[in-house]
Amino acid sequence: MKSVEKSGRTVEEAVESALSELGVSREDVLIEVLEEPSRGFLGILGGRDAKVRVTVKKEKVELAKEFVLGLIKKMGLEASIEVRSQGDARILDIIGRDLGLLIGRRGETLKHLELLTNVVCSKGAGEAKRVLVDVSGYRRRREKELEEIARSTARRVERSGKSIMLEPMDARDRRIIHMALQKNNRVVTHSEGEEPFRRVVISLRRGQGSEPRKEKTEY
Amino acid sequence: MLRDLVMFIAKSIVDNPDKVEVNEVEGERAVVFELRVAPEDMGKVIGKKGRVIHAIRALVQAAAAKEGKRATVEILE
Repeated sequence: MKSVEKSGRTVEEAVESALSELGVSREDVLIEVLEEPSRGFLGILGGRDAKVRVTVKKEKVELAKEFVLGLIKKMGLEASIEVRSQGDARILDIIGRDLGLLIGRRGETLKHLELLTNVVCSKGAGEAKRVLVDVSGYRRRREKELEEIARSTARRVERSGKSIMLEPMDARDRRIIHMALQKNNRVVTHSEGEEPFRRVVISLRRGQGSEPRKEKTEY
Repeated sequence: MLRDLVMFIAKSIVDNPDKVEVNEVEGERAVVFELRVAPEDMGKVIGKKGRVIHAIRALVQAAAAKEGKRATVEILE
């Protein structure tokens, strides 16, 4: 890791000069104070400068990539990683063959991998707010699948008039269902139950004159 | 090899990678990996509501299944 040591009359001054030499901002570094300044006798004799060591932190995405690559190697898999941007998030897409075991049932293993990756890379610097992990575009396929489940279930609710409760899903998947049906004015959605068994319920939107439905969506 | 995986994940998470120890114990139905970390890193490997250790187990189980084995990870104090 890149680092410099600098002296200055105050800690602040030493840090400033180190930052300008490295050409980075304060959020991207670790600062160690090696020596506190002292003013010496009457501010003249034996005064000592402050000394600091400033180290550039690794980019979040870099840390995440190193971790995922190391992990898949240790699992005996061969794969490469493609990084994409999506808003303030970065997506690490793991590309390779026979990676099903990284996805797991309904993406469970992938979510665990993503959690660990974020624990590891949270120590790093950089703009990326979140690092998402994907395997060969699985995430997008699963999103499409959830949207299809939402629409077909909504059709069944419209036909029968009865509410339908979907299987337990995590917050992100439930959100996809809610969003998919947000513009459907014949049904409403809400969530019931406690994590990790919280489920989305799709029901018929009541007409005017009946009891008011809760409109607010809770993920 | 599975032991290396547990070691790698644990070392990546903690602040004191030198203090990570992994012991492999052959159980009746599964291999148990006993994980030891520095006391101040305990919270890190467990995580909020045990999420991190749960995730570590899930990945180790997935890797074990690939070799037709069962495995789990326990944290020792």
